[in-house]
Amino acid sequence: MGSLFRSEDMTLCQLFLQSEAAYACVSELGELGLVQFRDLNPDVNAFQRKFVNEVRRCDEMERKLRFLEKEIRKDGIPMLDTGDNPDAPQPREMIDLEATFEKLESEMNDVNANSEALKKNFLELTELKHILRKTQAFFDESGVFKDYEADHHTMQAMHDPLIPDDDVQLLGEELGRHAGQALKLGYTDIQHGEINVFVAGVILRERIPAFERMLWRVCRGNVFLKQAEIDTRLEDPITGDRVDKTVFIIFFQGEQLKSRVKKICEGFRATLYPCPETQSDRREMSIGVMTRIEDLNTVLGQTQDHRHRLLVAAAKNIKVWFIKVRKIKAIYHTLNMFNLDVTQKCLISECWCPVADLDRIQQALKRGNERSGSSVPSILNRMSTRQEPPTYHRLNKFTVVFQNIVDAYGVASYREVNPAPWTIISFPFLFAIMFGDAGHGVIMLLFALYLVIMEKKLAPKMSADEIFGMFFNGRYIILLMGAFSIYTGLIYNDIFSKSLNIFGSAWKPDPSVYNTSSMDLKNYKINANNTVDRPYPFGLDPVWQLAINKITITNSLKMKISVIFGVCHMLFGLSLSLLNHRFFNKPLNVYFEFIPQLIFMCSIFGYLILLIFVKWLKFGPADTGKAPNLLIGLISMFLFQYEDPCKPTTCWYAGQKGFQITLVVVAVLCVPWMLLVKPYMLRKQHLEGKPHQYTLLNGDMSQDDELLEVVHHVDSETAYPGDDDGYQEKIGEDVCEIDLSTSRYNVHIDSLEKLMKVKPFDFSEVMITQAIHTIEYCLGCVSHTASYLRLWALSLAHAQLSEVLWTMVMTTALSFKIQWLSVIFIFVCFAFWACCSIVILVLMEGMSAFLHALRLHWVEFQSKFYKGEGYQFVPFSFDTMLAEYGLAE
Amino acid sequence: MGTRAETTFIVVSIFWAFIGIVCPILLQFCMGKSPNKGIVQIMFIMTAVCCYLFWLCAFLFQLNPLVGPQLESNLIRVMQYEWFGIDPTGHHHVKTT
Repeated sequence: MGSLFRSEDMTLCQLFLQSEAAYACVSELGELGLVQFRDLNPDVNAFQRKFVNEVRRCDEMERKLRFLEKEIRKDGIPMLDTGDNPDAPQPREMIDLEATFEKLESEMNDVNANSEALKKNFLELTELKHILRKTQAFFDESGVFKDYEADHHTMQAMHDPLIPDDDVQLLGEELGRHAGQALKLGYTDIQHGEINVFVAGVILRERIPAFERMLWRVCRGNVFLKQAEIDTRLEDPITGDRVDKTVFIIFFQGEQLKSRVKKICEGFRATLYPCPETQSDRREMSIGVMTRIEDLNTVLGQTQDHRHRLLVAAAKNIKVWFIKVRKIKAIYHTLNMFNLDVTQKCLISECWCPVADLDRIQQALKRGNERSGSSVPSILNRMSTRQEPPTYHRLNKFTVVFQNIVDAYGVASYREVNPAPWTIISFPFLFAIMFGDAGHGVIMLLFALYLVIMEKKLAPKMSADEIFGMFFNGRYIILLMGAFSIYTGLIYNDIFSKSLNIFGSAWKPDPSVYNTSSMDLKNYKINANNTVDRPYPFGLDPVWQLAINKITITNSLKMKISVIFGVCHMLFGLSLSLLNHRFFNKPLNVYFEFIPQLIFMCSIFGYLILLIFVKWLKFGPADTGKAPNLLIGLISMFLFQYEDPCKPTTCWYAGQKGFQITLVVVAVLCVPWMLLVKPYMLRKQHLEGKPHQYTLLNGDMSQDDELLEVVHHVDSETAYPGDDDGYQEKIGEDVCEIDLSTSRYNVHIDSLEKLMKVKPFDFSEVMITQAIHTIEYCLGCVSHTASYLRLWALSLAHAQLSEVLWTMVMTTALSFKIQWLSVIFIFVCFAFWACCSIVILVLMEGMSAFLHALRLHWVEFQSKFYKGEGYQFVPFSFDTMLAEYGLAE
Repeated sequence: MGTRAETTFIVVSIFWAFIGIVCPILLQFCMGKSPNKGIVQIMFIMTAVCCYLFWLCAFLFQLNPLVGPQLESNLIRVMQYEWFGIDPTGHHHVKTT
């Protein structure tokens, strides 16, 4: 049996690597993915570790790569993903990579900066162009102002839709005149001591209202603003967004107003442009601007092309580069966990690895040595320790999901029996007992088949979506759940709340019913004698789905099935605990825990199951009304209530009274057996075995000087793992040999202390622990058996929901009176029924049954044997590391 | 409870015994080297045990029924006609399958 039954045998190893070969060896181990390194420098600050510079360089490289990737994404260039998995490059290649990235980054930065400057220039020129064009319109009107006094008409002309209304009103006629004057007269009239000027500029369209208000307030209405919107959207050079802008021109008089206006423009971030006064100047400028814009466009185009070429060249390799850089970084992180020995020539580390894979690890080290061309071979040395090793299960794509279910409750303690292989079948089966509908089972099965068959194509999509990812990861569970649901559905004879009559019903109505003339015999009970000669061979008889007393009968069947399966499941869990006790060699547990637990459970609930089967076999149609009630019988068994002439409903086989009394007495006696004997025995052993407790370590204190000696597979026993009662002594246990040569190499003090620790024997603690176990077990027996009745409850709920949905929806549709309309009505009703079936019955009920089955496993089944106090084996593996990055992106 | 009940019992028991006992033994030889052999054997055995027990409960439950189904009399007539081919006069008619 594979390691799924128990976790793998793990060993702590010491690794001696020569400094030159260390990098290559760690790279090979990373490709292999079977070794978990322990951090030998936990106290050291991250910045004081040996390889911190290399890690920094890797971080730099990664940053540059991310920058490049962002640029590539911005341009929408596809990144080539060949699925290549290159090995981690040598340290000297790292320098080459760094140079390449440096060059690429600086080129990109240059190109981007140039591009930005060019775009800014372009923007300015474009705005200037627009200004020149729009102000042309403004100045044209000034020509109209030759005679402004009498010409109200011109006033109207000024009142064009470009000016907001309040401007015109506020400004009034006088100011209009002034403005006209200013326009007409030209601008600087120094002779008069006044300076009439204007400024022209461009501002974001959103800011115009606030801008106007501010101008009006600050300049007290003494300025005149004209604006015109720019039709095309202009590109902002920094953000690259396209924004709407407006051209404005402000006329004012006086130096003070000029400074105020300039300040306001600055505040609103409007860009001002020098606008020439005369028409001919403006025209010249316009032409100049146009030529410059064309030139700029060409240059911009070339810059963009250059950038695109750079990015395309980078995009070809960027995935591979990412993988290489991440591998280098991981290797250096790992090397940081190593210890440097006194001679500074050798790196030492401790690692956990599975015993079965030591050969492969040795080969990987050899490969690493060859690659680095080092003369000195690396050494892998097995160590003994009292620490608890990590739990490692070898999984494939099918078993991983079941192991995850078990691990969600708690990772298995080292080398204890793993519930996962049993869960593969028992979990879907318990689900199916609760789900129990063949039609919905078919839906689940088909969905899961789709996911399983298309798994290669769907796998990349899975990382994108969380919910779909959940369904995809659980495709094998859903497959099994669907398959078993079909089976249980056929046995319950429930397919979308209808039953199948394949073999012929066993309930044949009495011909006499046809002869009865009284039509007020509404219901006629087919009594139990009217059966054909055999029960329905596969599952529940189809007649029950039609019967009025269906629920009474199915309740009886389902409750009994629940109790039978519950007790069997729990007994199975109990027997797994026996395997644990025998593996860890604890005879005390077998005799004083397992056996009384077994007897307790069997004498009460095993007896109940026996009664169920006997009642089914012994009592038939002739005994209706006389058949014993098992539940009442169980209760009176506990209360020792037997009537004096024992009624046939209570005592229905000879010697029952005596037998039951014996069973109860035995069960009650099991309780002190569980409670008292084991602590007493432990105390006795402690008192007798006192000398043993203190001779801990006959460690071989010889220090191993030969670092260069190749030592293979030192056969030291792995230590006996600690568990909650570490007091119990293993008979004939070898005291562990500790290779104390490690003490030369700064081994963390804690591990040495752990090696030497011994727990003093505290009787009260042992007693209390045992009392808790006993109470938990005895009460748990009763409560867990009752808890299994949820198998009945959920299957009843599911069946009733299904039936109600059918009766309320489809029956009304099928019995619709108006025939021609009923076609459409059936179509609509079927759609509604199908949607409700899937959403409520398959998804909601399915999730509910899933959770309950999970709870039954976690609490009722696993509490009988599972400790779940281990920690997961997390090997140093490039594959898992890259997968994590892939998900994080 | 005639012979037909027992034949059903024997047939089904043999079927699940084949799946639960014979198949794992066959796998021992067929899949000898594969690391998944143990898992597949466990799966076969557990499937056989669970499914057989479930069927057995349903079967034994109906073997000696204490109560019969309560039906509306119209339904009984339809049942009589459709399932047992007996028309209201009491004669057998051609069964519609």
